[in-house]
Amino acid sequence: MDIALNSPVQAKAASRPAQRPRAPKRRVPMVVKLAYRNLFHDRLSFMVTIVGIVFSVVLVAIQCGIYLGSEKKIAAILDQAPADLWIVPLGTKSYDDPSPLSGRERHMALSVPGVASAEDMVVSFARWRKPEGGTTTVLLIGSEPISDAPLPWNIEEGSRKALEAPNTVAIDKSYFPDLGITAVNDNAEINGVNVEIAATTKRIRSFTTLPFVFTNIEEARRLTGTLQNQATYERIKLAPGADLETVRAEITKRLPDAEVLTQNEFRKRSQGYWLFQTGAGAALIAGAVLGLIVGIVIVAQTLYSSTKDHINEFATLRALGAGAGYIVKVILLQAVLSGLIGFGLGFLLSLGVISAAQDTKLTIVMTPELAVSLFAITIGMCIFAAISAIVKVVRIDPAVVFSR
Amino acid sequence: MSQPANSKVILEAQGIVKVLGSAPNEVRVLKNIDLQLHTGELTLMMGPSGSGKTTLLSILGCILTPTEGRLTVAGHPTKNLNAEGLANLRRKHVGFIFQGYNLVPTLTAVENVMLALDLRDQSGPDAYDNAAEALEAVGLGHRIEASPSKMSGGEKQRVAIARALAGSPSVILADEPTAALDAQNGMAVMELLAKVAQDTNRAVLAVTHDHRTLQFADRIIRIDDGRIAGSERPKLPGAKPIEMPAH
Repeated sequence: MDIALNSPVQAKAASRPAQRPRAPKRRVPMVVKLAYRNLFHDRLSFMVTIVGIVFSVVLVAIQCGIYLGSEKKIAAILDQAPADLWIVPLGTKSYDDPSPLSGRERHMALSVPGVASAEDMVVSFARWRKPEGGTTTVLLIGSEPISDAPLPWNIEEGSRKALEAPNTVAIDKSYFPDLGITAVNDNAEINGVNVEIAATTKRIRSFTTLPFVFTNIEEARRLTGTLQNQATYERIKLAPGADLETVRAEITKRLPDAEVLTQNEFRKRSQGYWLFQTGAGAALIAGAVLGLIVGIVIVAQTLYSSTKDHINEFATLRALGAGAGYIVKVILLQAVLSGLIGFGLGFLLSLGVISAAQDTKLTIVMTPELAVSLFAITIGMCIFAAISAIVKVVRIDPAVVFSR
Repeated sequence: MSQPANSKVILEAQGIVKVLGSAPNEVRVLKNIDLQLHTGELTLMMGPSGSGKTTLLSILGCILTPTEGRLTVAGHPTKNLNAEGLANLRRKHVGFIFQGYNLVPTLTAVENVMLALDLRDQSGPDAYDNAAEALEAVGLGHRIEASPSKMSGGEKQRVAIARALAGSPSVILADEPTAALDAQNGMAVMELLAKVAQDTNRAVLAVTHDHRTLQFADRIIRIDDGRIAGSERPKLPGAKPIEMPAH
């Protein structure tokens, strides 16, 4: 640089220090350095920003996690016993809104070209009497033991084979207190019939508060008074090469009192009913949006006040010739740095909450897609929150530097 | 008025008028100012408070735009330039020294100078060494990693001078550079500015109220009521001695 002053101003002006500090090996761009120095300069404001972002990230993560967990719980039975097509009673709102089919669906379906197999499934509300007294309603699910996707899954104690014996059922261990059960082999009554707990499962919980009780198809018919040829749903598997829509149209034509749904349609219908027709999902989404709004407000407020605190420095930069883009970059970097730190801490905290909730009645799910979306939302939120600070900073009159 | 033979005009203002406010309350702050700054010269601008010195400095530094008149900085006319165009011109050709130093308090001395280099797109691998050299040149080689909050006023002003010189702009504009300093530091800073002005590619203009600084001036411009009331070159042979007011 061209400033050879040869200055006699002061003796030390001419003297170079014996050893100048070495230039840092890793050079951080000045714009980044300025952003993080501004950010960390006022530690209290920085803490408030980070707490706001962490709160927002955790709230959005948990709300979205509960939403995804709800979707998963609602569709869990369908996902574990998938079919190409489902024959369901006309007007069925959800998997756990059962009413019986007429009884001729299985044979009718098997007579349609392209259908490889048809399996009955019985789903019905039932009255459960606890061993120590008191009753509660349960959702009894009976499936065929020879099924390629037998229910239940996640068996912890006992076996699926044990459910082939008469008067045997399987329940989830987490429902023991609700059903008055203390151990496998305990007895209870379903609709007045004595049953034994032959198997227990882990983490199979319904979206509603009604516990699932699994048994074989014959036992389910007997316990619920369903006729021998009747079922609630018919699981249809197609033969290789069969066209799904052709088969569906043919079955629909032959069964005017039933609906034929694809796996995805039945899932979506069940999820849509519980999450949107009941308002449960809307409440979760509202919670997530609230989290976002809180995050935006806190970050915007702290970024704006940080910008105000540093307004003279920004005015000086402007006077020195910094373009508006340079200063906007500083503000945006502050926002993004806050977002990165806040997301990191918030995400770790969310994982902790999710892990702690794993064996409780609350199902919270974190997927890679949700993590990526959460990251993008957090950074987007911080950038959006920076707008007020940016508006403030681009309106700076550099002439104010002369009035200080 | 004559000037050194090897100097050239680096900044030229013609017919500068600045009106603040709007009719009927408008104030004519500057009235038809013509001014040239020559390289190799330290020009001091003096005048009473409210005479328009700082407004003129702001216009010459492309921070304010004149209501009327033409300004050319390092051969570039400023007419029709928008805020970004003016910022670009400042960045390339103008260095500022402020009365209140205006250092970035979160950056060290060397980082403050590096910031100016970064703004001037000179943030290459040698930026640290260049900034350190600039600080050594103003006598702060031993304080390059110091934070502004740990520096005296004189040291801060010398950092500000190093920052103004970073990237070698052709015009240095200083607003009351000694006003916040004690006599010793004020003289040291003026001596430094006089040295800076000896560069044949650079002109230095300082607004000052401090008559003790007149001894460093190659040229003195007196401004009064928005007009240039007089201009003299005290160091030229045959020049009259500078009149020092009693106070």
